Amino acid sequence: MSIFFYFGRYLLFLRSMFTKPEKMNVYVARLFSEMVAIGIGSLPIVILISIFQGAVTTVQTAYQLITPMIPKTTIGIIVSDSTILELAPTITSLVLAGKVGSHIASEIGTMRINEEIDALEVMGINSAAFLGLPKILAGIVMIPILVIISIFLSEVGGILAGHLSGALTADEYIQGARSSFQLFNLQFSLIKAFTFGFIITSISCFHGYFTQGGALEVGESSTKAVVYSSIMILVSDYLLAQLFLEV
Amino acid sequence: MIELKDVRKSYQDKEVLKGISTVFETGKINLVIGASGHGKSVLMRSMVGLINIDNGSISYDDRILDYQNYDQTREIRRDIGMLFQGAALFNSASVQDNVEFPLKMFTNMTKEERLDRVNFCLKHVNLENVNSKFPSEISGGMKKRVGIARAIALDIKYLFCDEPNSGLDPITSRVIDNLIKDITEEFNITTIINTHDMKTVFDIGDNIIFIYNGDKWWEGTKSGVKNSNNKELQDFLDASYIE
Repeated sequence: MSIFFYFGRYLLFLRSMFTKPEKMNVYVARLFSEMVAIGIGSLPIVILISIFQGAVTTVQTAYQLITPMIPKTTIGIIVSDSTILELAPTITSLVLAGKVGSHIASEIGTMRINEEIDALEVMGINSAAFLGLPKILAGIVMIPILVIISIFLSEVGGILAGHLSGALTADEYIQGARSSFQLFNLQFSLIKAFTFGFIITSISCFHGYFTQGGALEVGESSTKAVVYSSIMILVSDYLLAQLFLEV
Repeated sequence: MIELKDVRKSYQDKEVLKGISTVFETGKINLVIGASGHGKSVLMRSMVGLINIDNGSISYDDRILDYQNYDQTREIRRDIGMLFQGAALFNSASVQDNVEFPLKMFTNMTKEERLDRVNFCLKHVNLENVNSKFPSEISGGMKKRVGIARAIALDIKYLFCDEPNSGLDPITSRVIDNLIKDITEEFNITTIINTHDMKTVFDIGDNIIFIYNGDKWWEGTKSGVKNSNNKELQDFLDASYIE
């Protein structure tokens, strides 16, 4: 029963956000502020994981395909396709579930236990919309942008690793990547990023908003936000693959 | 004026409000007193719509608080200012931003007009030159005063204070009491205070309600408190060492 209770509560929480904002310009200002926090704030970690992700994938793929029967451009094909289709959107989103998700849940959870959310409500402000909506919109805008950056940097990492290890040249990598490139793969990657952005931000807002207790419970909410966001990212990753990819 | 009729609230099997009816009059300081755990905070949170009551009605002048009608509840809440026990200031915002916040949300004032109003409210609570400080940089008494300034930033009709003196020294407590009294008289608002502090009762109370086990056990004026024959009220009074 409890899963239905929480799912129903989550849907009602989302529905409560879609009311007319009390003051549109305040919401817009909050949206830009959240976009900076989620987008710019996450950029260093995204840069770091993306470069290493591309580099490691290239080295490991080269290690498995070390035979003269297979052209070296194949490494570029495999690394590029797996980066666009899976690694960049999913790994980046899982990392962001940890960074952005825990931050959102602990921020809103702390506001809850400090009665700041009650103060908003008593002022006549829709607290769920005021706190949640800008974060969710910022997530579904900025996470796809971070994924595009991640794709680009993973390719750069792959080229660098191929060159440094001597597994393949930059030209061979790019030739392979270009030969297999399909626009649909990029579109699919962005659909995933959009979905994951919504999952991370909405689930984290939900867990933060319904925090009860004290500092310990804020930590619990933060952990739950990361765990449930990560699970839902993996489940929706599979469902989207089934839905969009013909096999 | 706020009128409560047969307000009831239960949590599982425990009835925490047992049909409370009373009237809180405009321009007066109405005090709700009673021991911890007897329902004062539940009553106050029900009155501002943070807790849904099971039975009865709460009306603000001619408007009945309807929990099902969120838009109407929000309209009533815009006439309410509330000072929370821990002040509930936005920790990530400066004092100025805290007081300015309701003005930004509900008025079309220019930035200069908002700043004038913020300074007016802060001056009213005897706070000046703290605009740029953050809640973590000011004392508990100052936080309460900023909370009051935020509560009166808009032209409110009803002021709720949940244990405004808790955690404060006696001198600061009197400062807060006097501020609430002055604001109530100056703006002619309906003020409701939850308190344990009997000094507050005798200093500023106009109408006193004693809550015992979720029930309205006694109601009267501060002069009636000492002369009451109500045993539980006298026990409460004795425990406060008030002669």
